[in-house]
Amino acid sequence: MAATSVHQGNPPAALETPKIAVQDLNLWYGSFHALKNVRVDVLPRKITAFIGPSGCGKSTVLRTFNRMNDLIKGVRVTGKVLIDDHNIYEEDTDLIRLRKRVGMVFQRPNPFPISVFENVAYGPRIHGETRRRRLEELVEKSLRATALWDDLKDRLSTPALGLSPEQQQRLCLSRLLAVEPDVLLMDEPCSALDPIATARIEELAVELSKDFTIVIVTHNMQQAARISHVTAFFLLGELLECGETSQIFTNPKNEKTEQYITGRFG
Amino acid sequence: MNRRWIDLFSRLFTLLTALACFSLVAGVALILGDVVLNGLKHLSWEFVSTAPKTGMTEGGIFPALFGTVFLVLLMTVAVVPLGVSTAIYLQEYAPAGSRWVKLIRMAIQNLAGVPAIVFGLFGLGFFVDFVGKGIDRFFFDGALTFGQPAILWASLTLALLTLPTVVVATEETLRVVPRSHREVAYSLGATRWQMVRRVVLPQAVNGILTGTILAVSRGAGEVAPILFTGAAYYLPYLPTHLNQQFMVLNYHVYVMATQSPDVDATLPLLYSTVLVLLMLTFALNFAAIIIRSRLRRRLKAGR
Ligand SMILES: Nc1ncnc2c1ncn2[C@@H]1O[C@H](COP(=O)(O)OP(=O)(O)OP(=O)(O)O)[C@@H](O)[C@H]1O
Ligand SMILES: [Mg+2]
Repeated sequence: MAATSVHQGNPPAALETPKIAVQDLNLWYGSFHALKNVRVDVLPRKITAFIGPSGCGKSTVLRTFNRMNDLIKGVRVTGKVLIDDHNIYEEDTDLIRLRKRVGMVFQRPNPFPISVFENVAYGPRIHGETRRRRLEELVEKSLRATALWDDLKDRLSTPALGLSPEQQQRLCLSRLLAVEPDVLLMDEPCSALDPIATARIEELAVELSKDFTIVIVTHNMQQAARISHVTAFFLLGELLECGETSQIFTNPKNEKTEQYITGRFG
Repeated sequence: MNRRWIDLFSRLFTLLTALACFSLVAGVALILGDVVLNGLKHLSWEFVSTAPKTGMTEGGIFPALFGTVFLVLLMTVAVVPLGVSTAIYLQEYAPAGSRWVKLIRMAIQNLAGVPAIVFGLFGLGFFVDFVGKGIDRFFFDGALTFGQPAILWASLTLALLTLPTVVVATEETLRVVPRSHREVAYSLGATRWQMVRRVVLPQAVNGILTGTILAVSRGAGEVAPILFTGAAYYLPYLPTHLNQQFMVLNYHVYVMATQSPDVDATLPLLYSTVLVLLMLTFALNFAAIIIRSRLRRRLKAGR
């Protein structure tokens, strides 16, 4: 299949090999057909935004990238999700390695009710890191990457639940970075934050996109427009349009896309 | 009925319910007052640290106290791992809502409803006669070693009795560990066991502890299950092996109350023994309540 990077909308200008290529992805929750023939590419070290009205399947697509849907009973998937050219729905996929490479931050900040340090060290520990020195290095590196280090370096042993929501969300990002993934999935990471915190997390996402491939689900059109390079618009389980963000927001091909981004439904 | 009657009736009803409540409180206060006032008279260090003498009309309760602690410790060692693993299996591993799980839950609930004396008989039939005698036959050439009432069998019987307490309390706390924490653990690449071990269990410690204390306090109070499985009327020595019989506080109370050669001489000792037993149980229950309320507060703060 040479034509794997064909888009239903305009292909992004750069013809890079995609980090993630979704091909004819179908997903059922029991008998409910939640994703229908979705094809979408995610470019490496770019931010890809998934937009669309509530219930259109954005989170579901996102959760196929690290196979978190496997945890839900009655989910059935057909089609392919290629990450670095390997279909992760192949039988031989090592889920632990996959999830180490493809990490996720969630809608609500959800640090564990333990100390800041232990939160960040959690991932490395489950992957077998026991050396204290190495753990300390990783914690510092990960906290620096989310600009938390200066604030928290003297409070590493305080409970994570005492932090502000923004700090908690940053901490969750640090916890994720500590396992050294290369794809970051963010499912409405700012929806529990105030506008100022949101702006700062957006800045952080842009900063991180220099090193990581980022997919972000958002309900916030401005957010998608501000930070993403590529935008994909979903409706009722289908990918309606995908293209460079500037094109989607100024010159959408699909009538429905236009209606959605101009706020006429959703 | 006109208004006045309704009014009168409602007042009468208020009075009746208040009276019911009052009589309950008064009853408890009377019993407690009686035990405390009379029990304190004879309570001393010597009383809790010496053995009964001259047919329980003199001396103390040390062997019974020792036996109770030993028994309950053994029971805890048996019931906590079993109960906690059962709860973990039911909550974390077993497919949710399956028939199999429902059956196990039902079995556990029914276990909680079985009268204690039935556990005693079961313990005698199963542990003493079947397991114990079996061990004797295979390992001791039939010489009577484990095939008799003993502290091991009594504690296992109690463990069975208190199993539902531990399972239910543990399941309850496992259930309140937020789903999102499990998801995070998986999304970081944790296996199920790593998720349980490092995310769920640390947050469930309090609940497990509460369950354990409640089980211990129940275990320290029940006589029926140990009656045929190991409790002794009087022993001139302390149990040092698992296959020995033992004295225990609650049974000692019963023995003192019914078998004493001199009722009047035993009575003060009896009061003090009951007081010690009550204090032990209250202290344990109180600890459980404190831990539980702390847990609740922490959960609220965490939401
Ligand atoms: N566990 C589940 N079981 C059954 N149906 C589900 C499940 N999760 C999601 N769905 C359904 O699948 C569809 C897509 O859900 P999804 O959560 O992916 O939407 P979304 O675009 O992320 O919505 P939102 O913007 O509200 O987060 C919805 O109709 C939803 O009801
Ligand atoms: Mg969603």
